[in-house]
Amino acid sequence: MNPEPFLQLDRVIHEKGRLAIMSLLAASPELAFTELRDTLEMTDGNVTAHIRTLQEAGYVAIAKSFQNNRSLTTCSMTAAGRKAFAEYIGLLEQIVQQTKRA
Amino acid sequence: MNENWAAENLQTIRTLMERSALYRRALAPVTMLTGVVGLAAGGVGWLTDCNSPRRFVVFWFAVAIVALAGSFVIIRRQALRDKEPFWSPPTRRVAQAMLPCFYIGLVAGLVSMEDDVQDMGATMQLLLILVWMALYGAALNAAGFFMPRGMKLLGWLFIIIGTGLLPRLFLHHPQPLEFRFVHVVMGLSFGGLHLAYGIYLYFTEKKNAS
Repeated sequence: MNPEPFLQLDRVIHEKGRLAIMSLLAASPELAFTELRDTLEMTDGNVTAHIRTLQEAGYVAIAKSFQNNRSLTTCSMTAAGRKAFAEYIGLLEQIVQQTKRA
Repeated sequence: MNENWAAENLQTIRTLMERSALYRRALAPVTMLTGVVGLAAGGVGWLTDCNSPRRFVVFWFAVAIVALAGSFVIIRRQALRDKEPFWSPPTRRVAQAMLPCFYIGLVAGLVSMEDDVQDMGATMQLLLILVWMALYGAALNAAGFFMPRGMKLLGWLFIIIGTGLLPRLFLHHPQPLEFRFVHVVMGLSFGGLHLAYGIYLYFTEKKNAS
C-alpha cells in the first residue's frame, strides 16, 4: 500500500475532536460555540482548545456578538479551512480506494 | 492499524455533516402549544358558532397567527437560553421548506372568502380544511428533511387524513352541514394531532436528554 496519501494528511484536521468540529462547520455557514459543544458532547475547555488550534491554522473564524445582552460566539469555516478539509476528504478517499485494491 | 479507519472516518464526517444541518430546537413545547391552541379554537368555534365562510377563515387565520406567534416566542427563548442565534441556518432551511405550502394555504383561504364561493357555505369550508391539512402535511414533510424525530411521519399523517378521511366526511356529511361541525373537525384534526405528537415528543425528548 502506498503510504503517500496518509503522510499528506493534514495533522491539524486529523485529530478526532478537530475533525468533528470541521465536519460540523463544513455543513453549516456558521455554528454557535454552544451548538458545537452540545452536538459533540465535549467540555467547554476541549472545544475552546480545538477551536484555538483551528483558528491558528487559519481554518476557522470566530465572531463574537450580543443577542439580548447575552454574549454569542459563532464559529465558521474560512476559505482556507474549506480547501484543507476538501483535500483531507480527498486523501481519505484515496486511502479507502487503496485499501479496497490491496 | 485498522485498515478501515479511513472509511470509518469518512462515515463519521458524513454523519456529523448531516447532524449539523438538522434543526435542533426542542419541538415538544411548540407542538403542544399548537395542539392546545387548535383544540381550544375548535371549542370556541363550536360555542360561538362562527357561522359564515368569511368569519370561519378569518377566525382560523387568527388562530394560526396566535399559534405561530407562540411558537416564535418559545423558539426564541430556547435560542437565548442556549446562547445560539434564533435565525440559524437550520431554522432558515425549515422556514424556507414550509413557506410555499403556507403561501398556497393562505391563497386558498383568501379565495374561499370571495363572494361567489360564499354561497357554498359550510361545505366549502370542509373542503378548505381538507386542502389545508394536505398542504400543512406537505409543509411538515418538506421541513422534516431538516428535522429529526418523525416530523415527516406527522406530515404524512396530515396528508393521509386530509386526502383520505376527510373526502369521506365531505361526501357523507349530514345535510345541511353546520359550521359548528366544521370548527370541531378543524380543532380535532389540527389541534388533536399536534397535541398527541407533542406529548410523544415530551417523553421521548426528555428520555434522550437524560
